[in-house]
Amino acid sequence: MIRALAVFLGWFALVSANTSTPAPVAADVIMGDTLPQSLSEFRFFTDGIGQTPNRRVFGYDLNTPLFSDYAVKNRFVYVPEGQTAGYTETGVLDFPVGSALIKSFGYPADFRNPDSPVRWIETRVLLRRESGWVALPYIWNEDGSDAVLARAGRRLPASWIDAQGERQEISYRVPNQNQCKTCHARDGEIALIGPSARNLNNGQRLAQWVDWSILDHAPDDAPRVPRWNDESDATLGERARAYLDVNCAHCHNGSGSASNSGLFLTYEQNNPVTRGILKRPVAAGRGSGGLEFDIEPGHPERSILLFRMQASDPGIAMPELGRELLHEEGIALIRRYIATMDNQG
Amino acid sequence: MKSIAAMASLLLASTSAFAAVHTVEAGPNAQERLQGALIDAQPGDTVEIGAGRFELTDGLSLDVDNVTVRGAGASESILDFTNQVGAGEGLMVTSDDVVLRDFAVENSRGDGIKSKQANRIVYRGLRVEWTGGPAETNGAYGLYPVESEDVLVEDSIVSGASDAGIYVGQSDRIIVRHNIVSNNVAGIEIENSFNADVYENMVTQNTGGILVFDLPNLPQMGGHSTRIFRNMIQDNNTPNFAPEGNIVASVPAGTGVMIMANRNVHVFENMIADNGTSNVMIVSYTQAFDDPSYNPLPRSIVLANNAHGNAGYAPDFEGGEQLAAAVGGQLPSILWDGTGEMIFSNDEAAVLSLGLTEAGQAISEAQPQPVDLHSDDLPEQPGDVTLPMDMEPADQ
Repeated sequence: MIRALAVFLGWFALVSANTSTPAPVAADVIMGDTLPQSLSEFRFFTDGIGQTPNRRVFGYDLNTPLFSDYAVKNRFVYVPEGQTAGYTETGVLDFPVGSALIKSFGYPADFRNPDSPVRWIETRVLLRRESGWVALPYIWNEDGSDAVLARAGRRLPASWIDAQGERQEISYRVPNQNQCKTCHARDGEIALIGPSARNLNNGQRLAQWVDWSILDHAPDDAPRVPRWNDESDATLGERARAYLDVNCAHCHNGSGSASNSGLFLTYEQNNPVTRGILKRPVAAGRGSGGLEFDIEPGHPERSILLFRMQASDPGIAMPELGRELLHEEGIALIRRYIATMDNQG
Repeated sequence: MKSIAAMASLLLASTSAFAAVHTVEAGPNAQERLQGALIDAQPGDTVEIGAGRFELTDGLSLDVDNVTVRGAGASESILDFTNQVGAGEGLMVTSDDVVLRDFAVENSRGDGIKSKQANRIVYRGLRVEWTGGPAETNGAYGLYPVESEDVLVEDSIVSGASDAGIYVGQSDRIIVRHNIVSNNVAGIEIENSFNADVYENMVTQNTGGILVFDLPNLPQMGGHSTRIFRNMIQDNNTPNFAPEGNIVASVPAGTGVMIMANRNVHVFENMIADNGTSNVMIVSYTQAFDDPSYNPLPRSIVLANNAHGNAGYAPDFEGGEQLAAAVGGQLPSILWDGTGEMIFSNDEAAVLSLGLTEAGQAISEAQPQPVDLHSDDLPEQPGDVTLPMDMEPADQ
């Protein structure tokens, strides 16, 4: 009898393994107090590096994303079954305990070819635990079968052919756990950056999230930041401020890592000096580049903000983390913005 | 509430009973091993940096409360950032109750060691050095606590910073003592801070020795209550090598002590000598600003019982030479721009006032004249800065 049961169980296990419904996301691992060594323990993806999302894991984009050395990014959100994120008009959405945000970074072999396969380097996860958000970086192994926790970060070679057909090669920096927090800090606690209603809102996405039961509600007139690189979407000033908000304001806000600078670049900041206009540097050191003001209206060539965007030296370059290459298109946008600006910005 | 506090202290005590020591030796892959130890450390733990040279490519960071990072000595355990390619600082601390001691940071691309919103931090027996000597390409600050309460910087050496060797910004309750700072633009700078004691430091061969500033458009303003005493502030005549745009780029070479836009600053019992522009300068903030809550004037400044050596023989500011010629070939030891209120000096040294009446007035409107700032009724000194007991060295 016992043997028969054992055989039956074995058969059942086999059938289960072959079934087309994969095991769901490991809610207990997200909620637990361990630091999982492998990304696969979360079961966010059903095929590892293939990045096929599991049930209740949804891909999304942002209107204006952070520049990260031209890496392409796959973003996913997971909200536990039976729960929803709370809509908030300002700031990031209010995700329930047990949620996760997942972001993979990689490079296609050739940016001119849309079908060119992407080589994924790392996947960063943010876990909403009882204690708050926890940020962990995972690096994909050689055969792409799994990604392994790398709390201390690492440098890895990356290369690709860029959109102009030039070969690019960098020493790609996977951030360490503290560096995750440098950008994700609000008053010393880890906070989200990207998924605000206004940066998610592309006309359909918020309603879609409500349909998928991962967002509680969304008003028809939810705020929206423009796509920074789409001239048809908004004025130059609005697009530039969206770009600065996403690329700078995660540190440059009153409770972020650059709070001591007094330079705050959030989208809603209205004080011209606080936004850098005719503001003198404080602790910029070499970062000042011999210039007097963060932004001198009409004079991008005399503005520290643009000078630091155009720098590669780690004692000067901004953002401090995650950028080795120049973001030429972003630089062009900010140059035009400052060139056409009056003293009130 | 009380029981929670009691439980928390019990917990704290129990974690320290099991405090671990994470030892990291120099060698291959030092970056990941050392950063890994700084991440793995639990409250109460010590990260031991072995003797030797650690070749690092990226800034390090610590974000765990109550951790000691200890090397084998400031000339033994060397964190070498000569080939740094990422992150601004050498080491960044963002947690409370941290002790940093007995190691060196060399040639970081940005600041040497920075701590931000890190309360009760101790910097002890450290060395931060840009080994090529003064250069505009050196990092800005050597030791750089900012936005913190209870800061102790002692027994350390900083050399080569292109801004300030020891810079304390937007903080409260600060002691800076027994340090040697040389060949920086500013030796020691206390900026937008409250309640600082700066004493028994050797401050030499910088552009400016000790600066006490307050600047506009910052989250914390209204700097006040700093005492500078029993320091040796000598021969600070290094040509200014700060990048333009920074406030210290405007500090004349040959400045001993400079007090700008601050309140309740007492300078006493120092030995101040051989500073070519001036031993002590008291001035307002001169640049245009748009910040109604900012006061650009010096107020309630007291100099007393300082020993003055030679000064004013090589004034390094526009019109300085003519000014010196007009007053007999050499400027007096103490320069005051004439602005502010309650400015006193009982030092046995002459004072020259530029006779300006408001902040930002052009130097061409100066009406220089010797003034007597002596008073028998000096404003009271701020009290001693006292830090929590456990920040003091155990073996002292």
